[in-house]
Formats: sequence, C-alpha cells, structure tokens
Amino acid sequence: MTFRQKHLLGIEPLHPEEIRSLLDLADRYADQNRSGGPVEPVLTGLTQVNMFFESSTRTQASFELAGKRLGATVMNMAMQASSIKKGETLIDTALTLNAMHPDLLVVRHPHSGAVNLLAEKVNCAVLNAGDGRHEHPTQALLDALTIRRAKGRLHRLTVAICGDIAHSRVARSNIILLGKMENRIRLIGPPTLIPAGAADWGVEVYGDMAEGLKDADVVMMLRLQKERMDGAFIPSEREYFHRFGLDVEKLAHAKPDAIVMHPGPMNRGVEIDGTLADDINRSHIQEQVEMGVAVRMAAMELLARNRVAAPREVWV
Amino acid sequence: MTVLNNARLIDPESGTETLGAVRIRAGKITEILIQPIENIDMFRTRNRDKEGSDSALEILDCGGRYLAPGIVDIGVKVSEPGERHKESFRSAGLAAAAGGVTTMVTRPDTSPAIDNPELLEFVTRRAAAAAAVNVLHMSALTRNRAGREMVEIGFMLDAGAVAFTDCDHVIEDTKVASRCLTYARSLGALVIAHPQDPGLSRGAAATSGKFASLRGLPQVSPMAERMGLDRDLALVEMTGVRYHADQITSARSLPRLERAKANGLDVTAGVSIHHLTLNELDVGDYRTFFKVKPPLRSEDDRMAMVEAVASGLIDIISSMHTPQDEESKRLPFEEAASGAVALETLLPAALRLYHAEALTLPQLFRALSLNPARRLGLSAGRLAVGAPADLVLFDADAPFVLDRFTLHSKSKNTPFDGQRLQGKVLGTWVAGRRVFG
Repeated sequence: MTFRQKHLLGIEPLHPEEIRSLLDLADRYADQNRSGGPVEPVLTGLTQVNMFFESSTRTQASFELAGKRLGATVMNMAMQASSIKKGETLIDTALTLNAMHPDLLVVRHPHSGAVNLLAEKVNCAVLNAGDGRHEHPTQALLDALTIRRAKGRLHRLTVAICGDIAHSRVARSNIILLGKMENRIRLIGPPTLIPAGAADWGVEVYGDMAEGLKDADVVMMLRLQKERMDGAFIPSEREYFHRFGLDVEKLAHAKPDAIVMHPGPMNRGVEIDGTLADDINRSHIQEQVEMGVAVRMAAMELLARNRVAAPREVWV
Repeated sequence: MTVLNNARLIDPESGTETLGAVRIRAGKITEILIQPIENIDMFRTRNRDKEGSDSALEILDCGGRYLAPGIVDIGVKVSEPGERHKESFRSAGLAAAAGGVTTMVTRPDTSPAIDNPELLEFVTRRAAAAAAVNVLHMSALTRNRAGREMVEIGFMLDAGAVAFTDCDHVIEDTKVASRCLTYARSLGALVIAHPQDPGLSRGAAATSGKFASLRGLPQVSPMAERMGLDRDLALVEMTGVRYHADQITSARSLPRLERAKANGLDVTAGVSIHHLTLNELDVGDYRTFFKVKPPLRSEDDRMAMVEAVASGLIDIISSMHTPQDEESKRLPFEEAASGAVALETLLPAALRLYHAEALTLPQLFRALSLNPARRLGLSAGRLAVGAPADLVLFDADAPFVLDRFTLHSKSKNTPFDGQRLQGKVLGTWVAGRRVFG
C-alpha cells in the first residue's frame, strides 16, 4: 500500500505517491458515484464524527455523504453551539470524544494548528476539514482530481491562483500539492492579500490579472470574505471586481482551453462573473463539488485501512 | 570566612579568566588571589596569625571549575500576586538559585499589576520571606499598565522600585508617554520599555515570513520593533530619561540603537536568551512552548543579536522568565499564552553561545551580570574586592538532557525540554551564603 498516513492533517506530510494513490482511488469512486452503481460499504461498523467549530454547509455535507456511501455511522456535532460556549477547552472536548471511541474524526477549526493539536490527543484517524489559515487538504485533493480529469495530467501545468491568498487555507494546500506534483504556480492578487514571504514558496507572484493569467492552463479563483471587502484590505468591492474579478475578457489571456475553478461558495460579481461561472465549457465548479465526495470517500477508506489495530484505550 | 580555592575566575570587568581563589567575609568579597592556594596548611597558619582563630575558616576546593559573579536577571515574572499556582517567590527563588541567578529583578505584570506602593511593599515582604536569592522589584509605569495615568513614581522609588516598566504593554498615546518619561526623568528613574509598534503587532503570534505564512499564523514584521524603538528614542531625546529597551530581537533595530548610543543618549538594550538561541523554525508543528513575545525571529536576526551582544551594542541578556501553566499552553497556537520559564536554563542555554565560540565567558558574564547590575546601580555583578559575594560556580562542559519536570519552577513551560545542553551549576552563593549546591 502506498498510503501510510495515520491522519490527514495537511498536504505537507504527504508523499507524491500517496497523493497519486489517493487520487486513483477517488477517481474510481467518482465514476461509481456518477454511474449510480453499488459501492462496497468498506466503512461498515465504523463511526465517523464530524466536529465543526466553524460553520460549514458544503464541506460538512460532503463528508457526511462520503461516509454514508461507504456505510459508516455518521454523527454531526455543531461545536459552536455546544461545550465550547460552556468554557470547555479543545483538549477536553477531544478527550471526551475520544472516550466514545470514534474511528474517524473530521474536524474544522478557526485556528491554525488546532487540528494537529487535537490529533495528538485522540487515537482515531483525524481528517482536517480546514484549520484557520493553515490547510484544507481534501479541498486541494478534490481540486487536483478535477484538474487531472479535465487536463489528463497533474504535472507541468500552469496554475493561476487568484484572490485572497493571505487568508486562504485552500490556497496554501493547493500551492503545496501542485508544487509537489511539479506544476508552475502563479499567485495573483492585491499586495494586501498576498502573504508575506510568498515569493520564497517557489511560486510567481503577480499584481495584475492580464500578466498572471497569460497562458495559464488552470485558473483557480478564491472566495473573498465579506468582512475583508470594505477598506481594510481592498478599497471596495467594485474596484476589486474591476481589477481582480474573473470575467471573459481577463480569461482570454489564459490558454483557450483553460479551466476555471472556485472552491465555493461564490460571490458572483465580486471575484467571478456570474455568466462565466455558469459556462459549462469553462467552469468546472460543479465537478469540484462532485469530486469532493469521491476524494473524501477515498481519504476515509485509506485512513480506515491504516487504523492501528491496537486495543482501544482511553487516553489520559 | 570562606575561601573558594582553585577556581577559574571570570572577571567581566577586565575580561579575563584566571585560575585563583576568592576570599569571602561578612557577605563580601575581601580578597582575590590570582593563583590558587597550594599549601593549605601554611595558609591556615598565616591566617590564624592574622585573624586570631581559624575555627570559622572554610576552604572549598573548586577543582578548577569556573567561578563568576552571579547573574542579575532583569525581567523575571513571579506570578505573585494573582497566579501563585504558576510561580511563587519560593519556587522562583529555588529556580534562580539552581540557575546561578543571584538577583531577580521582578516584572510588575502580575494580577493586579504592581502599580502602587502598598502592593510593592507586599511583594517586597513576600520576596524577603520566601526567596533564597536577592529580589528587587520593578514598578508599572502607568496604572494597571493601561497607558493612561502614571503611577506615583516618587512613592514607588521610595518604596524601593528599581525601574519602571509596563512590560509588554506599549503606551500608545505619545502624549502620555512623553509626560511619563519627563516626570521619570525629573526623579532620575530608569524606564524600561518594550519597543514595538502596537498597531502593527496586534494579535501577532509569529514573525512574518515564509514560515509563518505556511503555518497560517497571524504575523508581525520585525519592522514593528524598529518603529517602536524609533518612537521611543525620539522621546528619550526629547525628555532625557534613562531608558532601557527590554528586548531587541531584530537586526533592523541595531543601527538605530547604535546611533542613539553614539549620540550620547542614556540608552541600553537587552535581549532574551530565547532570541539568542532559538529561531522561528523551532516552532515546528505549532509547539506552543516556543511562543514568546516578541515572536522568535529568523536565523539571520538571531545571529545578528549574538554579534550585537559580543560587540556590546546589546548590553544585557535576560531570561524573560514567564511561567505559564499547562492549560494556558495546551491550546491552538494563536490562543496559547506567550512566554517561557528560563531562570534555570538561562546559563546552560547561554553557554551554547560559548561552546559555539560566538562569545567568551567574560563577554557572557558582562551581559548576564555586570551590565544589568551597573544599569540598576548595584555593586553586584563584579568579581572585585568589596563587591557582594554573589557568586556562581559551574562546570561549563557537563552535558545533560533537560527534563522539564526536574525544574524547580512551578510551571514547566521550557522550550529546551528534551534538548541537549552543556553546563551545570555546582554552587550558588548570595552574600556569601550558599543557597544552592
């Protein structure tokens, strides 16, 4: 087996071979999901707990569906509404949960590194569903699968990532993954939304869409959070759309067969033109959602296989 | 009377190391011998003639180990009052003695802050009753360290405050800052500030750059330190106050500091041991024991700080001892508390710089003992006749692996846990009395 991880905390610890084998498995699941045929319930008898400390509809639904398709018992915990409000620390929450012996723990948390911390304290497999500005590995993997299916390969492509890079865990995971697979990466955005030291990441940084998109194979747009729109990071929504929003004119600088991606949810008319987002010839946004379920099925299956067969003990 | 014989004497004043002996009487150094006493019997006989009786004469053979003036550590947080479960005067005193720190200069960032004479008297009394080493206290500069109204600087001086500092709080209002400094100047008080631009550094957990961006941590540019220092130095020029920057950690700040000193301003600067021996990459996978304030810097900055200590541009090395319990550290990095305990690891960590041949032992003790004592107007920090017999005897080479649970501090938050260190304290004397070893 070429996937040796105990947890999926980020793309950074993964070997390119591990990424490849995960994508191969996900590819098969994607076909199965599409054809509607029966899926072998490899997670039967296992418990999957979704712990979201930050609200999410899409990612949580995708994980839930992935688990259920593979036969897992899925439980959703809305952490914002529960014990955190009562002052319980993250570690205590983890220990409490651990005592209930889940097999797969899917966690999203607003602070970078929180999922790593939690993974140290539990003895089930932990999947990072996004931690602060750090990583969002399943998103990068589903993006990679989408690219691979559309372009037929996942190397030697020019990928432009545009928008709020500084606050985006999606961008970080994608930069790491695409770098590991030997692609050319360009970051495009206003300087206030480009992270410090980005030039040292082995990427090219552009402040202009026309230059940055030139001859790109893939254009990834990022969501701009509402609270960052007014004055603090960019002057206004309309200036942002004018300079960095993706429309047909700006996309014309990319290769004629370039695909357009967005992790969702989209702000139509802010970072992407609505018509372009709906253009089935260019936009792969719906495929991304579809691949999301397949990638999460594959990730959970591989981690379930790697579970330590040791007796379950309560970690104290 | 005690004689510490056959020791390698480190004299930071003259910058020399000599094999010799030190004679101690009534808490003071009474004689320095520049060679070890070979014939003990003859020495006893001669002393009997001189002193009449040798009953109290104790001669200790130091076996050629290093003897240096005890460390004067400016900026120790003892969590009394308020958080005695993190550190008390007793536990801090034990840690200090075990670390060769003979004078702790405490920070006022307790809860409540030390901002009135009654509280200062309370901690003075507690320290005298519980701590085995000398303890001096600093006062807050503004009430509750809030940066609005100044404390009763005159009364605090009368009550024994040796310096005034709001610790890691910066007085944002420049008008308030200038008045505080002007008033402090009129009383000759020493002000210790944390040079940092408050707006730029707000909420930061890491130094901006490739590493912090990859980890997705809120970050601050080291430029914030230079901006803070620039402002402070302008205020020093305006008011003429005696000023010490608690921690200079970035190479960008050094030219400003150098110019201020060259211009004759009464300015000194310190650096924490962590910024001299660790860099930002040590944080690794969100290890919160490496979260300090200001955050750890790049390796280039670290090396620049070591050079600045060697040249004397940075005057003082301190532990910035900050006890934090497990609960406040076992949190996601952004939420975790800052600071590290360091009283006991200060000397072994500093000896890393000696073993790396970046600093000589006299240079180290100039920054650990002599300069901080001078800055506070103390006669300690020297290996000279008439100086207090505050001494540390140590083996500079003895290797060990640090187990944080062996530390005397109540809190065990050290970044050096499990690391290999070299240098063990064999004995600590405060005013001639042995408090450790």
